Amino acid sequence: MPVTVYIPTPLRRYTENQARVSTEANDVASLLDDLVSRYPELKTHILDDNYEIPRYVNVYVNEEEIHSLQGKGTRLKDGDQVAVIPAMAGGAQPFSEDQIKRYSRHIILPEVGGKGQRKLLEAKVLLIGTGGLGSPAALYLAAAGVGTLGVVDFDVVDMSNLQRQVIHHVHDLGRPKVQSAAETINDINPDVKVIQHNTRVASDNILDIIADYDVILDGCDNFPTRYLVNDACVLAGKPNVYGSIFRFDGQATVFAPGKGCYRCLFPTPPPPGMVPSCQEAGVLGVLPGIIGVIQATEAVKLILNAGEPLINRLLLYDALSMEFREVKIRRDANCPICGDNPTIKELIDYEQFCGIGPATH
Amino acid sequence: MESIQIDQELNIKGEVCPYTFVKSKLALEDMESGEVLRVVVDHLPAVTNVPRSLTNEGHNVLEVAQISDTDWAITVRKA
Repeated sequence: MPVTVYIPTPLRRYTENQARVSTEANDVASLLDDLVSRYPELKTHILDDNYEIPRYVNVYVNEEEIHSLQGKGTRLKDGDQVAVIPAMAGGAQPFSEDQIKRYSRHIILPEVGGKGQRKLLEAKVLLIGTGGLGSPAALYLAAAGVGTLGVVDFDVVDMSNLQRQVIHHVHDLGRPKVQSAAETINDINPDVKVIQHNTRVASDNILDIIADYDVILDGCDNFPTRYLVNDACVLAGKPNVYGSIFRFDGQATVFAPGKGCYRCLFPTPPPPGMVPSCQEAGVLGVLPGIIGVIQATEAVKLILNAGEPLINRLLLYDALSMEFREVKIRRDANCPICGDNPTIKELIDYEQFCGIGPATH
Repeated sequence: MESIQIDQELNIKGEVCPYTFVKSKLALEDMESGEVLRVVVDHLPAVTNVPRSLTNEGHNVLEVAQISDTDWAITVRKA
């Protein structure tokens, strides 16, 4: 007499991914025997060494648990619905065969393991800018299996970007950068969910955008956005993985909540025009590869809670002399946003703060 | 030799290194400290590699035994 057995998702990989298996059995005991003889890998998950049902597995016949019926002797009749339900800790989906292979070099590391890889898959990182810094960072975070990557940019791909913005390709010219980035990320790793924010971050949208993310990676290219991202991260209590590049030099650090911020390091921006942009001054194409990947490394370490994060340390890189140096940075108790008595309690007009645009627009 | 209580068995015949260790490690991660895992492999390099890697991670390899012409069983207690 045909009886249908419902197989929940944790066990389905042992039943050739079938959610329902049809079987001929007169009682629960013979049904289980039939199941494990057809799907031997199922055996250790639903029966113990003495072919008894372990206490972390429940068997239901027509939605009644069999202990309230006749146990394994419960008779079955044509059309009965049986379900085999194991206990689940919740959340911990088993890795697929592809994931085991893709992430094997991570899983082997004692500092990562399956647990760390799950943390990466559950993590959400927001990339501010998909330019020189955001491109390499996004590629490596995607390859590493960071489960959600948000990308923010308002720009379209231009020929002059391709010298360093390695996530974009010739066939992307003229396309929105977030679209191009999302496509490349999923070409690398379909596990990654990409959220496209095709907009310019501003005081009126940034808090909503960053709210859902665990780590913010700042790869922007101008001072107003630097201060905007900084202040938003301080107000929202988000770690800000900072990187910047100019000509042959790079900087990177991590601003963690309560441990100082960009304003502690540089309380005010330079006067407009004093520091030229990369557009005017040039930048070595490979430089953002180094700094962006340092940012990605720090983001991964924050997610894994591994090693010593680059907090209260500013890393300086000189590509021409090929030297790294490190200076200490400290939280400023008088910082207007993260100090003991902050005066900035909401986001301001950052164009005006940087002396760039008019106060009202 | 007194018999060892096995809490979980992992049959990964057909699997090769490093996935033999990767799958053994994943199985142990889902177990409790002190529980015993028995891993069955038929990939000869795994017979030395897997116990070594498990030991490096601090687990206690209790036994490595050939159980048939082709198969080996590695018994390990989770640290």
